[in-house]
Amino acid sequence: MWYYEKKLQYPVRVGICNPRMAKFLIEQYGGADGELAAALRYLNQRYTIPSRVMGLLNDIGTEEFAHLEMIATMVYKLTKDATPEQLKEAGLGEHYVDHGKSVYYHNAAGQKFDMGVQSKGDPIADLYEDIAAEEKARSTYQWIINISDDPQINDSLGFLREREIVHSQRFREAVELLKEEQSKKRVF
Amino acid sequence: MSTSRKWYIPYVSPYDPCPPLGPISYETPVQLYLGFQPQGMEQFSPFEALAHGTLWPGLFTPYTNPYLSKRGELNTDG
Amino acid sequence: MDEPTQVPDSYYSDLKALQAVDFTLVELTLYLDTHPNDLEALKQFNSTAKKSAELRDGFEARYGPLRQFGHSLSAYPWQWKDTPWPWQV
Repeated sequence: MWYYEKKLQYPVRVGICNPRMAKFLIEQYGGADGELAAALRYLNQRYTIPSRVMGLLNDIGTEEFAHLEMIATMVYKLTKDATPEQLKEAGLGEHYVDHGKSVYYHNAAGQKFDMGVQSKGDPIADLYEDIAAEEKARSTYQWIINISDDPQINDSLGFLREREIVHSQRFREAVELLKEEQSKKRVF
Repeated sequence: MSTSRKWYIPYVSPYDPCPPLGPISYETPVQLYLGFQPQGMEQFSPFEALAHGTLWPGLFTPYTNPYLSKRGELNTDG
Repeated sequence: MDEPTQVPDSYYSDLKALQAVDFTLVELTLYLDTHPNDLEALKQFNSTAKKSAELRDGFEARYGPLRQFGHSLSAYPWQWKDTPWPWQV
């Protein structure tokens, strides 16, 4: 089971009242390579991955939920005090009509979150998928940083981008662990 | 020491509708080079680690908007 | 209508001190998942976990429980439901 901790993993500050940023950030909330997809993918894959890397998938999957909460916090702070008119100007008019000010699992283009997260049941295929997913999430953070003019949001996004790098590193190590000859070490 | 940003120059046609943007960059962060992390790598302090998003300077690959720094970095990268 | 009470300034710096120590634990956890035989990292993990527990106790005494389902104690009346939640501060 899981326990909630009443704190964010990293402080989230939003410096500029620019609801348009919320429209971009939502990509990492309900997008194909976003934090929800990552959390669900790793926690789903952990059941059928070899035992020695089960813990890693479990723990990275858990950390992704902390990242999901950081993104939601940014979106919430950017939209909670916006008037309907401001939301319309920010390109969030359709979002407002359908969901009010609720945070919603869809991507920057408004497509609903796709539950078809990848899981093949083949350890190498799944870990390579995970490495690719981390690199894709890293690039999404780069694209958002490139169009953001808020240094404080970019500070949090820089943290999240670096986490993708560390996760990618650990998944690469997991592949190396699975390549090792297990039988040589085992005592029968 | 490898650089974490690479550049290439795309082909420019005289019939392109928009003026060329110039060199294009892409990122090649440290996890592409490190291999299995060795034991005992130098660490950040807890506060520095939080600020950098990793406990190890050897895993830190910072990012800045390449559209803001394009020319300068291109010159230093050669 | 009553305005909800705001957290004192010290909340932010105390929270960050806890976030910093707990982040070291996140990093060491993932590292140990792929380096289970690194004794030095393991010792660091255990000592950092103790440090985190100390900081957590102090933080909870000042600002209320951080964990629930029985992992934090509560003063009367039940404090867990109190604002602010992490996305509000």
